[in-house]
Amino acid sequence: MSVLTYAIQGLDRATVIAFGCVVLLLAGGALIEPNFLSADYVVQQLQVASFLGVIATGIMLVMLLGHIDLSIPWTIAIGGMMATGAAGILGPTVGVPLAIPFGIACGAAIGLVNGFGVAYLRAPAMIFTLGMNAVAQGLMVFHTGGFAPQDRATALMREIAVGRFIPGVPNPLLVWLALGAVTIFLLTRTTLGRQIYAIGNKERAVFLSGVDTRRVLLFCFVASGACAAAGGVLLAGWANRSYQAMGDPYLLPTIAAIVLGGTNVLGGRGTYLGTVAGVILITLLQSILSVLQPQFWFAELGLKIPAETFRQVVFGIVIIVMLLLYGRERASR
Amino acid sequence: MTAASATAEPKGRSREAWRHRLAAQRGVLLAVAIFAAMFAIYGWKQEVGLTASIINTAANKGALLALVAMAQTLPVLIGGLDLSVGSVFVLTNCLASNIVVGGPLMTALGVVGVLAVGLVCGVINGVIVVYGRLQPIIVTLATGAVYFGLALALRPEPGGSVNFELADLMTRSFYGVPSSVILLVAAVVLIWIPYRRSVLGRAAYAIGSSEQAAFMSGVPVARAKILAFALAGLLSAIAGLLLTFVTYSGAAKAALGADYTLNSIGAVVIGGTSLFGGSGSAIGSIFGAFVMRTVGDLLIVFDINPVLQPLFVGIVLLFAVSLGSLRLLHIRNRLDLYR
Repeated sequence: MSVLTYAIQGLDRATVIAFGCVVLLLAGGALIEPNFLSADYVVQQLQVASFLGVIATGIMLVMLLGHIDLSIPWTIAIGGMMATGAAGILGPTVGVPLAIPFGIACGAAIGLVNGFGVAYLRAPAMIFTLGMNAVAQGLMVFHTGGFAPQDRATALMREIAVGRFIPGVPNPLLVWLALGAVTIFLLTRTTLGRQIYAIGNKERAVFLSGVDTRRVLLFCFVASGACAAAGGVLLAGWANRSYQAMGDPYLLPTIAAIVLGGTNVLGGRGTYLGTVAGVILITLLQSILSVLQPQFWFAELGLKIPAETFRQVVFGIVIIVMLLLYGRERASR
Repeated sequence: MTAASATAEPKGRSREAWRHRLAAQRGVLLAVAIFAAMFAIYGWKQEVGLTASIINTAANKGALLALVAMAQTLPVLIGGLDLSVGSVFVLTNCLASNIVVGGPLMTALGVVGVLAVGLVCGVINGVIVVYGRLQPIIVTLATGAVYFGLALALRPEPGGSVNFELADLMTRSFYGVPSSVILLVAAVVLIWIPYRRSVLGRAAYAIGSSEQAAFMSGVPVARAKILAFALAGLLSAIAGLLLTFVTYSGAAKAALGADYTLNSIGAVVIGGTSLFGGSGSAIGSIFGAFVMRTVGDLLIVFDINPVLQPLFVGIVLLFAVSLGSLRLLHIRNRLDLYR
């Protein structure tokens, strides 16, 4: 009992509310569709969630610093497209075994430029990463423009995205678990983690304490690019191919998941467990909307409303309502 | 009172004052200069020269982004950001393709309705930001999703129509002056300048500089913020209306909204407005928008594959923000680098 209370005290309010909503969603869904509580369904949802989770991990680090990375959509695409195209670029003998590291390295390179711009040129992250997103898009369009590139995933990528190394546990979930464990260790047990939270609160103070804050910024942006690209590699393996704009649907859910998990947009506050809760919550919400299919209820009333409408509207409203519950700032006085 | 003290100043002082005023407008002037240079190159490379129809097309394309960029300027000035401008733009476009039809009275009512919806979207953003005490960027990301969803519901498939006479009137030019430019000037004269000179407009600059200090000085922070978001919605709606006139139809394309939101931020930055709030002007954003659009036109006249447009727009954006980094060269105290 005391262990339980200790565990609950260790969690912050946002994490508890987000996990509470996950349970509510599952219970509510189970009332309508009993399959919701089956192990198969839950495992499948966790597999889908792990793609989002891997992508969100790096951006969470950047958001803890009080910055943001809007270059995720095309960094995801770069990760996927460069990994599948590695055989064509590096040659089949080197390209096939190195496909995954190559894709992630390309994403890290985008992150490196972002980090250089934000940390050393002191450019506002919002606009700099936006510019990099456009540049990444341009590079990928240029890459595919002249010739038909290799867009098939390698066997290894496919295995990592859809296979089950441990029976019953999808591989992407293992990837997410490993990445999450490393991130939790980084954030709670290392000086670098302390510095990340401290910079999010007051970069000036951290600089005066003798830390080269620019290097920390650079590290987080590189991590963000690498994680987004790793997400792209997983997605390409899952779909067995890569394509342009494959990352576009991920910007809003990623930021929403992190924010719903209690990470402050201004930086300095947030836990990885919260992000995990946010990612699962967003994934479940998407899945339940696609199962319930509210568009058919409206169709019976004679209103033809596309399914995407409900996804967008529910998404937006959930984000605002959840934030009103726990994301409010103090009133100015 | 300021006028009286200005006339009382000796001559040397007034030159000083002019220099000061020019320095304050440096961002805007830079944007104007870049645009003028780019457009001159465009006209020079254009084989038929700058005919009225070429100017008209360029103005229509530029005015769409310019209006959205003006909209984006207001939340940026108070130190926020509005990621829903593109969605309001698309939503009002879809709405206009439904209701700006029929006879003159119906059309006029439709125009009023479209503008009112834009205004309401903006007020909703502002109210949630102010009374919900949430970060503008997250709030508008979420409301933007809602507005886009509504746009999809209004127009699941691209189509619809619009009052043709009005659309023609708004997209042609009079004696070489495109009506879209007249619309832009009207937006500046009727919305931006009165706003800039109003108490709430000045309050917006104060809030952008330091919200805490503004609040302590009795500046009406809540009202100023709501007004900034509301006018952003209104200006986006004007842009959405103009898009309907240009395309004669409505379409709920996610990529279109995202493109306009992102480019509007770029235009605001190129126009010399600080993303940290408190300094800049919507007029700079207009020229910033025209710079962004001329990049695309230049690619065409230089015979560069138009699919490379995002690459060049991105490079222009990165270049524009990196220009701001020049201040690092003459920074005296390294502490000033960090906030």
